[in-house]
Amino acid sequence: MNRSYALVALSLFIALIMALMPLPFSIEPFRPDWVLLVLMYWSIALPHRVNIGWAWCTGLIMDLATGSPLGVNSLTYSICLYITTSNFQKIRNFSIWQQAVLIGLFLALYHLLQFWLNHFLLDIYFNPRYLWPALVGMLCWPWVFLLLRKYRRHFRIR
Amino acid sequence: MNLLFGRTISLQLRLTVAVVLSVLLILGDRYTSGGTLVRTSLNTLVSPLLYVANVPYEVFSLGAKSLDTRDRLFQENEALRKKQLLQSEQLQQYQFLLRENQQLRALLGASSRQQRARLIAEVLSVRSSRYSHQVVVNRGAIDGVLEGQPVIDEMGIVGQLTQVGSTTSRVLLMTDTTHATPVRILRNDVRTVVEGTGKINLVQLQHVPHSLDIRLGDILVTSGLGGTFPEGYPVAVVTEIDRDEGLPFSKVYAEPVAQLDRIRLLVILGKVASKEPDA
Repeated sequence: MNRSYALVALSLFIALIMALMPLPFSIEPFRPDWVLLVLMYWSIALPHRVNIGWAWCTGLIMDLATGSPLGVNSLTYSICLYITTSNFQKIRNFSIWQQAVLIGLFLALYHLLQFWLNHFLLDIYFNPRYLWPALVGMLCWPWVFLLLRKYRRHFRIR
Repeated sequence: MNLLFGRTISLQLRLTVAVVLSVLLILGDRYTSGGTLVRTSLNTLVSPLLYVANVPYEVFSLGAKSLDTRDRLFQENEALRKKQLLQSEQLQQYQFLLRENQQLRALLGASSRQQRARLIAEVLSVRSSRYSHQVVVNRGAIDGVLEGQPVIDEMGIVGQLTQVGSTTSRVLLMTDTTHATPVRILRNDVRTVVEGTGKINLVQLQHVPHSLDIRLGDILVTSGLGGTFPEGYPVAVVTEIDRDEGLPFSKVYAEPVAQLDRIRLLVILGKVASKEPDA
């Protein structure tokens, strides 16, 4: 039990590092939100373990690490994880590419919510570029899914 | 199969709690200045994460350094030597002028200028929120830095420190939409304010009357008003003036002097005077 929480936390830690790692300026706008992808995988695979509480805490860490107004990522992660956790049985039954499209929609919702909150807090204006990560995240989902499924089965995380 | 949330709190309740907590956090963070201690300790918690995320960049640059050719290093060394020679010549003049300035100020009975403490900081290569312009530096409360200290690079003003953790802190760049810098025009000492636009190479001058004497290429330096930035550091160069009489104010845009998209080494200026100038 504690072991599986530790393994989930380890995967999230790696996702956090990947989310914070520097990238060349030209591909930076396309970086998918790794942390949210990993969180969504766990909420579909182990909804009784990883759900809104994890999303909120991880979101807070993300807020602190990226210097956005505190609470913005917590709120948006929690809302996304609410959707995936409450529909985990439906999502599990889709084929992997259908899942990817759904996840892409959730990611778009996440980025729009984030933009909207930041619009009120920081006076920024909408730029269609802000939605690139949702598309890239959608294309990354199958690989994230397969990799994490292998990870989960290998370490028998239940 | 496990009964989902059969024995624990329902998902809706969890979401409600999470939303309420987040909203409280957002409002508390945005509209109160309190809780600095809480922020510092929270920032301290994520500092290790930032240092770990910086490792790949460090490894790459170390690799690049060790692959540098001997010739190139010689050339660079030579160029730096020449530059240092020129600068030390200017510095000799500077010491003389500093003393003369002090004597003149003493004669006039004006308050003397005080030397500020300086601290060199290195930018950690980590991503920041895409909606604001910030960088993380490797200095924090244990180095004695405080929130609101001005940060410059070798060209001019970069920004100011916000969120100080114990070993890292964040620099809000002057191009961020929430940042404003009080400046004056170097040519005629007219005071105005420069605001960030959210673009890394563009700042905007707010509320400029049509009659203001401002030209393309004017250099804007900090005015020292507002108390955050010391007087006289270069900030930006005016690049575009749109005097549309139909609008209440002219639109004036400027380009920051500091190269904000490629900063690596920064200088944090001390808020309080550390010592009298030794000249």
